[in-house]
Amino acid sequence: MLIRVILPSHLLTLARISGDVTLEVDGLVTQRSILDALESSYPMLRGTVRDQVTQLRRPFLRFFACEQDLSHEPPDAPLPDAVASGVEPFLIIGAIAGG
Amino acid sequence: MSRVRVLVGTRKGAFILTSDGKRDNWEISGPYFAGWEIYHLKGSAADPNRLYASQSTGWFGQLIQRSSDGGKTWEPVGNKFVYDGVPGTHQWYDGTPHPWEFKRVWHLEPSLTDPDAVYAGVEDAALFRSADGAQTWQELSGLRGHGTGPRWQPGAGGMCLHTIILDPVNSGRIFVAISAAGAFRSDDGGATWLPINRGLNSPFLPEPTAEVGHCVHRIAIHPSRPNVLFMQKHWDVMRSDDAGDLWREVSGNLPTDFGFVIDVHAHEPETIYVVPIKSDSEHFPLDGRLRVYRSRTGGNEWEELGKGLPEGDCYVNVLRDAMAVDSLDECGVYFGTTGGQVYASPDSGDTWAPIVRDLPAVLSVEVQTLP
Repeated sequence: MLIRVILPSHLLTLARISGDVTLEVDGLVTQRSILDALESSYPMLRGTVRDQVTQLRRPFLRFFACEQDLSHEPPDAPLPDAVASGVEPFLIIGAIAGG
Repeated sequence: MSRVRVLVGTRKGAFILTSDGKRDNWEISGPYFAGWEIYHLKGSAADPNRLYASQSTGWFGQLIQRSSDGGKTWEPVGNKFVYDGVPGTHQWYDGTPHPWEFKRVWHLEPSLTDPDAVYAGVEDAALFRSADGAQTWQELSGLRGHGTGPRWQPGAGGMCLHTIILDPVNSGRIFVAISAAGAFRSDDGGATWLPINRGLNSPFLPEPTAEVGHCVHRIAIHPSRPNVLFMQKHWDVMRSDDAGDLWREVSGNLPTDFGFVIDVHAHEPETIYVVPIKSDSEHFPLDGRLRVYRSRTGGNEWEELGKGLPEGDCYVNVLRDAMAVDSLDECGVYFGTTGGQVYASPDSGDTWAPIVRDLPAVLSVEVQTLP
C-alpha cells in the first residue's frame, strides 16, 4: 500500500527530500508500520520522530490525519482507511514552541 | 602559509570561519544545520578534514554529523546513545533519586591518533566512545558505575559531561568533567575512573570539600605537560600539578573568579586565559566590560586584556566550550559570546577584534591550525 507522509521541514532537509514522502507499507497501516517504513527508507531519521529504544513518540511531535489528532492512539492501532488507501496523508507535526 | 579554521557551534546552526595565518581577513561559511542547536563540533588531530558535530533540538532529539572534507559536506551518522545495563539513578535538584535519561551530546572529542575514534560527553552525564567513525556508540560505563554516580546532581544547565581531555603523553589517560559532579580521571582508557576533586571547595555543598558534587565548568591542559591541569570552577580558578590528585586555588587578583572558559597558550604552558563573569546569578561581564584575563605565571597573577573588546554596555556570556587557541607561531586566542560575536586575538591576547558580530548565541568554538 502506498502511504503519503508529510514531514516537518527540518526532517525533509535532513533526509534530503523535497515535498511529500510516499512509502510502501506492507500489512496493516499503523503508526508503527509507517514509522518502520519511513526509517527503513531514510535511516537518518531514526531517533528523530520516536525514541530508538522506547519507540515512544518524541514529546514535541504530534501525529495527525483526516483532521484528527492521533498522537495518543496506540502505535499498533489501525489508521483511518483514507490514510491506508493513500487518499489522505499522515502528518508528522512539530509543536509550535520555542524561538 | 598556514591557515586557521574556526569551528563555531551556535543555538541556530554551525559556522566555519577561515583565514590565512595573518588572521585579519576571514571567510564565513554557514549556517550548517540551520535552525538546530550545535553544541559542539571538532576536528580530528589525525585527519583535520574529518570533523564531527553534535546537532540537536528539543523536537527531533540528537543527531551526529560527520564531514570528511573539512566541513564542505556532511553526513548524518550514528545517534543511538544507550546507557550500558540498567542506568540507575542520580540525584535530582531536590536530592531525590532520578533515573538517568539521555538528553544530548555536549562535547565530541576525536582521538588524537585515529580519525574514526571519537568520544562523546553527554547529558545525563556519561562518556561514550565510537571506533567506527561515529556510526555506533558504546558507553564507557565504568565512569557512571565507579560508585559515586548515584550522588551526582545536575547543575543549572543540566547534568552534562562537558569536558574530555585525552592525555597526549600518558597512553590511556583521560580526564573528564561533569556539572555538577566534578572531575574524574581514568588511567586505563576509560575502563575505570577516580574522582579527582581533592582541594576543591564549594560552599554551596553540605560538605564543601566532598569527594563529588563540585560544579566544574572547564578543564584545560598544555599538551607538553599533561599533569598540570587548570580548572575554571563555578567559582574559583584552580590548578593541579599532579594530574588532579590535589588542586589549589590560583584566582589571585582576578576581579571575580566566576566564569566558564579556561584555556592554555599553545606554546607557553604557564600562560592561561579566563573570561571573568560577574557571578553565578549575573552571567555577564563585570560593569558591562568584556575582558579576558591572562596569567603568564600559571595563575595567581593576572593581567586584564581589553584592547579591541567592548568597553561598556556588554552583557553577554562566554560559555564553557567557547574558547580555543591556534598553534601558529604567534598563538591566536578565540572566544565566542552568547551575543553572537566571535573575537580573535592574533597576538596571544594583546589585541582583539571580532571576526563576526551577529551570529546566533555561540555555544562552542574550536580552532584547527592547518598547513
